[in-house]
Amino acid sequence: MDAAQAIADLTEISPQVRKVVVIGSDGAPAGSNLADDGAVGRLADGARRLVEAAEALRPGVAQLEAATLAGSVFVVRDGERLIAATTTPEPTVGLVFYDLKTCLRAIEEAPPKPVRRRSPAKKNADDAAS
Amino acid sequence: MPPRKVVTGLLLAAGSLAGSVLVRRRAARRQERIDLYANDGSMHSFGEGTVEADRLLPIAHELL
Repeated sequence: MDAAQAIADLTEISPQVRKVVVIGSDGAPAGSNLADDGAVGRLADGARRLVEAAEALRPGVAQLEAATLAGSVFVVRDGERLIAATTTPEPTVGLVFYDLKTCLRAIEEAPPKPVRRRSPAKKNADDAAS
Repeated sequence: MPPRKVVTGLLLAAGSLAGSVLVRRRAARRQERIDLYANDGSMHSFGEGTVEADRLLPIAHELL
């Protein structure tokens, strides 16, 4: 499933969730429900900073919730990938974590680019020319 | 003392206790906090005023 579809499913089943961003293993945003690229970048950057700060305090953090009076910020890790979401105040914590994990796992990682190798025939021809 | 008055007193006391517990729980839920869940399943919660919460809550405020 692609990121846009997974995020659309997430926001449909979990109305508490507002802004969502998925960060790929390369550290770049891989999907979001925000239209503005600047807002996507800010949310992704904030999620990374939250995880880094949490990791500095308690190594081995798998997920976190920052609960404020204005709402909550959730970040869930799956390997090198992250999903971050903001919610309405006093969300159903367990459900939000479950839905975020489900969304992140539904998004397929882009396959690694194949390494292009020169064919032996071409290599031999190049070697002969030089 | 008549038994009815004792029962009424006990019911009032139990009601007051339950009410205060509910109010305190609700007040605690309204407090800002950070909950960190580790890979091993453990969870640490840091309320307002702790060093941990003071480092993470400002970032969360920026995002909301």
